[in-house]
Amino acid sequence: MDPVVLIVIGVIVVLAVLAIGIYNSLVQKRLRIDEAFAQIEVQLKRRHDLIPNLVNAVKGYMGFEQKVLTDVTNARAQAVAAGAQGPAQQAAAENALTSSLRSLFAVVENYPELKANQNVLELQEQLTTTENQISFSRQHYNATVLDYNTAIATVPNVLLAGPLGFTKREFFDAEPEAANVPNVDLSLT
Amino acid sequence: MAATSFYDQISANRRNSFLMAAFVVVLLGLLGFAIGFAVSGEPAGGVVTTGIALLVGSLAGIGTYFAGDSLVLSVSGAREVDESAAPQLLNVVREMAIAANVPMPKVYVIDDTAPNAFATGRDPQHASVAITTGLLEKLDREELQGVIAHELAHVRNLDIRFSLIVGVMVGAIAILADFFLRFTFWGGGRGRNRDSGGGGGAQAIVFIVAIALAILAPLISRFIQLAVNRQREYLADASGVELTRNPYGLERALAKIAGDAEVLEVANRGTQHMYFTNPIKKFEERSSGLMSTHPAIIDRINRLRQLTGEPALGASEAAQLAGLE
Repeated sequence: MDPVVLIVIGVIVVLAVLAIGIYNSLVQKRLRIDEAFAQIEVQLKRRHDLIPNLVNAVKGYMGFEQKVLTDVTNARAQAVAAGAQGPAQQAAAENALTSSLRSLFAVVENYPELKANQNVLELQEQLTTTENQISFSRQHYNATVLDYNTAIATVPNVLLAGPLGFTKREFFDAEPEAANVPNVDLSLT
Repeated sequence: MAATSFYDQISANRRNSFLMAAFVVVLLGLLGFAIGFAVSGEPAGGVVTTGIALLVGSLAGIGTYFAGDSLVLSVSGAREVDESAAPQLLNVVREMAIAANVPMPKVYVIDDTAPNAFATGRDPQHASVAITTGLLEKLDREELQGVIAHELAHVRNLDIRFSLIVGVMVGAIAILADFFLRFTFWGGGRGRNRDSGGGGGAQAIVFIVAIALAILAPLISRFIQLAVNRQREYLADASGVELTRNPYGLERALAKIAGDAEVLEVANRGTQHMYFTNPIKKFEERSSGLMSTHPAIIDRINRLRQLTGEPALGASEAAQLAGLE
């Protein structure tokens, strides 16, 4: 056989092996994103489930501040609805829910009976941990998205990523105020 | 002020620890060689004992690798807790396990009013975290998160395995040196004089070198172990902050513990290096000397402040930070 033909066949085989390697690594990175997102969703779901319990527990005590409760309930409904609209919208709705919960907790501070209520305290702890777990899962999710987006945008992967249908993924954005340096009061008593 | 990045601190610490561990292994081999050479009178004997020293060292290492964590936990009187016994603690550990991207470790509580904590286990899949009841009572949620992040950083950085193995190597050096020195003083020397005809002078020199090594090697290896441990504490502080993205919780926890004069009764010389802060010494004695297992707490606080670009504190300011003065 002609040596030129052999060389051409050899080059094609090498290129095919490289392409398969690239494809597999991109698929793996994309799966990691889905896995990380599933982890966030579990916790978001848990938070959505906890909120009605909290609202019921505090409703009786908070006569004058029903608006705070309706805000939380509405924010929750929007967050549940945003679940199907992709990470960016979902993140925005969840951030709105987080801030409405914060104002609820701030109001709870004004009611001594609520602060002493074991049920409310437990719900508050459950919501705090869920919120922290959401934010740590989000760090992890965003890191995997960054890794994947970088991989599909760099040579040589970029040559194959487009034709094979690997498109850029969205970040699950941190709320704007959380991006700033935390302002913590160190003058403790 | 320019803030030092976590990643610089972490990579520098990893490199230093690896070099030190390699040096301890070389020291064990060297001691084995010198002893073998001195006793048999020829280099070949040294090679044999080097092999024996390294083999015994690795066997002990393997034993510790698999059983060390349960031994340490039972010596410390730790009992495992679940969701119903300590819900907030379990929640915080779960949060930090997510942040560190490690599996949820087993959680233990030690009934002692002195605030402290440690992590152990051979790898992140078999890790345990133990916390004293004093720590749970005295720290708020944010501070507890800082301490747990520090412990899970030890888990993620594989410090827990590292300290188990280096600990065993240092122990092997001490036993080997001790054994040789006793042998020399109780009759080993006489036997040697009877066997050897010529070349007694050269062998005497080798013997003196071996004795010097047997005296120095345990000291040097112990210094190295302690230096590694102090480096690893700084590293775990830095990685812990990387996980929580909040240096203030850990900083306040350190300041609070620094101001707490209680001594942890279940800790001893064998386990003190594993704890969050040195459990044995009192505040004023927690210096950063060559023989201490942990850096001085004030130095740890100031390294954290370096990360955020804040000015360093003096001891009295640190006490104020914890609300103690």
